[in-house]
Amino acid sequence: MLIFEQGQPGRRSMAEAPGGSSAPLDFPAHLMRRQLPRFPEVSELQVVRHYTNLSRKNFSIDTQFYPLGSCTMKYNPRGAHRAASLPGFLNRHPLMAETNSQGYLTCLFELQEILAEVTGMAGVSLTPMAGAQGEFAGIAMIRAYHQSRQDHGRTEILVPAAAHGTNPATAVMCGYTVREIPVKADGDVDLDALKLAVGPQTAGLMMTNPSTCGVFDRAIAEIAQTIHQAGGLLYYDGANLNAILGKVKPGAMGFDVLHLNLHKTFATPHGGGGPGAGPVAVASRLLPYLPTPIVMKSKDFYRWSTEHDFPHSIGRLSAFMGNAGVLLRAYYYARVLGRAGLLRVAEYATLNANYLMQRLVDLGFTLAYPTRRASHEFIISLSPQLKQYGVNAMDFAKRLLDYGFHAPTTYFPLLVPECWLIEPTETESLEQLELFVAALEGILKEAAEDATLLKTAPHTLPVRRLDDVKAARELDVKWSYGEEKTRST
Amino acid sequence: MPYIPHTESDVAHMLSALKLDTIDQLFDEIPPDLWAEKLEIAEGISEMSATRLMTERAVTSDRQLNFLGAGAYEHFIPAAVWDVVTRGEFMTAYTPYQAEASQGTLQTIYEYQSMITQLTAMDISNASLYDGASALAEALLMAVRCQKKKSGQTILMPMQVHPFYRQVCETIVAAQGIQLQLLPYDEGGQIDQTYLAQLNIEGVVALVIPQPNFFGVLEEVHALTDWAHARGLLVIAQVNPMALAVLVPPGQWGQSGADIAVGEGQPMGVPLASGGPYFGFMTCRESLVRQMPGRIIGRTVDLDGKEGFTLTLQAREQHIRRSKATSNICTNQGLAVTAATVFMSLLGAQGLAEVAQQSHQNCEALIKKVSVIPGVKAHFNRARFHEVVLQLPVAAASVIHFMAKQNIQAGVDLQPFYPELTQHLLVCVTETKASADLSRYVDVLAEAIKLVVAV
Repeated sequence: MLIFEQGQPGRRSMAEAPGGSSAPLDFPAHLMRRQLPRFPEVSELQVVRHYTNLSRKNFSIDTQFYPLGSCTMKYNPRGAHRAASLPGFLNRHPLMAETNSQGYLTCLFELQEILAEVTGMAGVSLTPMAGAQGEFAGIAMIRAYHQSRQDHGRTEILVPAAAHGTNPATAVMCGYTVREIPVKADGDVDLDALKLAVGPQTAGLMMTNPSTCGVFDRAIAEIAQTIHQAGGLLYYDGANLNAILGKVKPGAMGFDVLHLNLHKTFATPHGGGGPGAGPVAVASRLLPYLPTPIVMKSKDFYRWSTEHDFPHSIGRLSAFMGNAGVLLRAYYYARVLGRAGLLRVAEYATLNANYLMQRLVDLGFTLAYPTRRASHEFIISLSPQLKQYGVNAMDFAKRLLDYGFHAPTTYFPLLVPECWLIEPTETESLEQLELFVAALEGILKEAAEDATLLKTAPHTLPVRRLDDVKAARELDVKWSYGEEKTRST
Repeated sequence: MPYIPHTESDVAHMLSALKLDTIDQLFDEIPPDLWAEKLEIAEGISEMSATRLMTERAVTSDRQLNFLGAGAYEHFIPAAVWDVVTRGEFMTAYTPYQAEASQGTLQTIYEYQSMITQLTAMDISNASLYDGASALAEALLMAVRCQKKKSGQTILMPMQVHPFYRQVCETIVAAQGIQLQLLPYDEGGQIDQTYLAQLNIEGVVALVIPQPNFFGVLEEVHALTDWAHARGLLVIAQVNPMALAVLVPPGQWGQSGADIAVGEGQPMGVPLASGGPYFGFMTCRESLVRQMPGRIIGRTVDLDGKEGFTLTLQAREQHIRRSKATSNICTNQGLAVTAATVFMSLLGAQGLAEVAQQSHQNCEALIKKVSVIPGVKAHFNRARFHEVVLQLPVAAASVIHFMAKQNIQAGVDLQPFYPELTQHLLVCVTETKASADLSRYVDVLAEAIKLVVAV
């Protein structure tokens, strides 16, 4: 039932009635609202109960194993949440005087330094509010770099076929055309195809390493050399940084610019689809173009950068200074983990992924890249199951929900048929991985005995499979008043 | 090991299943010369130490009397809002790709879309964008896509749109060859309509109308909307959602309403939090929905005919269309939207209107009080909403500096953004300020001016 269906005219929660004067407003009549918006008229308890009960219809990290590939659904420390929620942080206006903001600015300055160190880059801007905005900033910097050199013929961004959809979409937003580079059967980028594709039109390459194929591209040094020799720059999509955190710095691989997904690698909550944070880091030749503002340190005073510090910046990306609350959580996480803890992230994430991969091989599942080590994630293809039982990757995923596990990423990357991209993360225990294996063993058995059970799954969730076609054809994207009458009959 | 559950025997068991001796062997496909030698980062600290450290840092910004607005507004947030929103089931879920396992988030966003369309009187809302500034930038891109048949892609951008919003728009639309043509404001702080009347609109596709504008001043939204529509331009409304509880909503501007309406959602239950996470809302006329960026949630039925919610019209989005998508946006600001939905449910329309009204009246009360200080007055004499440009007898920066030492955040110095406003302070007052707060502001302001004059 919707919150709109629970109200009664005249009922309200008085939680925030400010009281005070009720003098009529003095706005010109033609600018005043004639009729209040139609909102639910409900009590405080009704609101709390409604949204508490809705929350229980969600799978989440706190309640379920959530092996969603390339999303790094690891534990989100409560300590980070509490620290970011301290009154001095939560009530701080973004334009508050620097003299009253030294503590906050210190945290951000130190986070910039930490991120520069783990990525092997010369400078960091924390302002992008999500991975996709970080990508935008990165490609805009590449564009600014070429323009500053009067190198106007570079119109093309190269993207491996396995790339996340945001990569090509970003390149287009920055005014580039996109050329896809094929990926070989072993998961590495097709170097020969890349060499044929580069030229004076190449502005850069966007790449994730380890890639969304779940493998580390071994030829990265040669890829970097190929792009650089053609005059292009290398963009690193930090979606999979969890796999190599502290082990390999993207700067050492030859990347010129990158973004980090703090909501992945630095354990900040995903919030049901945001907020995230997508700071960018650059090699020294791109420093002048960083998006602003950036926290600067002059003697012992921390301050925001001004136009004089970065006259060639690509500009501002957010109304204020990015998703501050996410940045504070990431800073806390980095401080608690420290040098050794950050290194362990990649080690145990990789251990869990390789172990789980081995266990699924033992069950008879088919790997997309059987000759390779897993990074922090790996791909299985359910094509054999589709052939044998008529059950596809989506059916398996939906049945897995019945077992109390969130499904892995399905049908991505697009180049592996019937694929599951599985990322267990480092915060899951061995027992949890075994429970997942046991669930898949059960589902495999069900597929052989009663395929319909999978095809009509899920059976135990608040709803069964939804009619997406109806949702798109008969667009219903808001509650309409008057509806309550037709529904009660 | 913080947050990692593995015991030594777990590790031994797992390695033996992999027929390996050490974890490092798992990285043997990475060329050895790429391995990092060392990480120059301090050793980790305990939760207790980290909490103490952060508490000491947070204290430097604590207990300020805040009169800053300029796009981020301090409204009281009832306890129930974030108590519910920070439940792990909301906070630690991800984008609802598996609809059956995400009905909580999906239904909440559907309810949010319903409330935002009510508030704006627009047809369709998306599930949110990053913040108010990026929402405006996306609206410009959307308007250009909607006007593809017209030649040119210039957008009329009033000077009194938030300067940071204009900067964000420039950053985001620059690469696509879209021009922002600045419109001057008149002596009342509104869009100069005599300037508009003689403007050559060749190549122009849309007009941005802020309500209220950056100065807090109300624009003549009906006349502006009709002016734009008569010339085939789209109208992009950039509005404060709290103000819409008392001001005519963009869907009812002029003869036919605004085409796209966007704004900063922060006043709806999201804390100031140094500028984020906030959320940008975006609404539009139904006929434009296929050009809208971002997620949209639809209501449908399941196999048994039972009501359910799912992501819809995904063919606009990057994970399906890749380079042909309407935007590169992936996530929205789900958790902030959840908070706004709970906040709007709790306050109801009447509650929102009361907060808006009280904020406005507090601001007018402050203007009256400060006007007794010689040389201080409201700079623009048109109707405004809970924010005012004060003209001072001295430079605003020095007053701000003095008042900050007394833990009063006095307002925004306008000179860096508007060189002609040499001694002007943008001040916001919300319902959170008591009469004693206003008096203290006035006293300290008077003192500050006196001191600055004496120097």
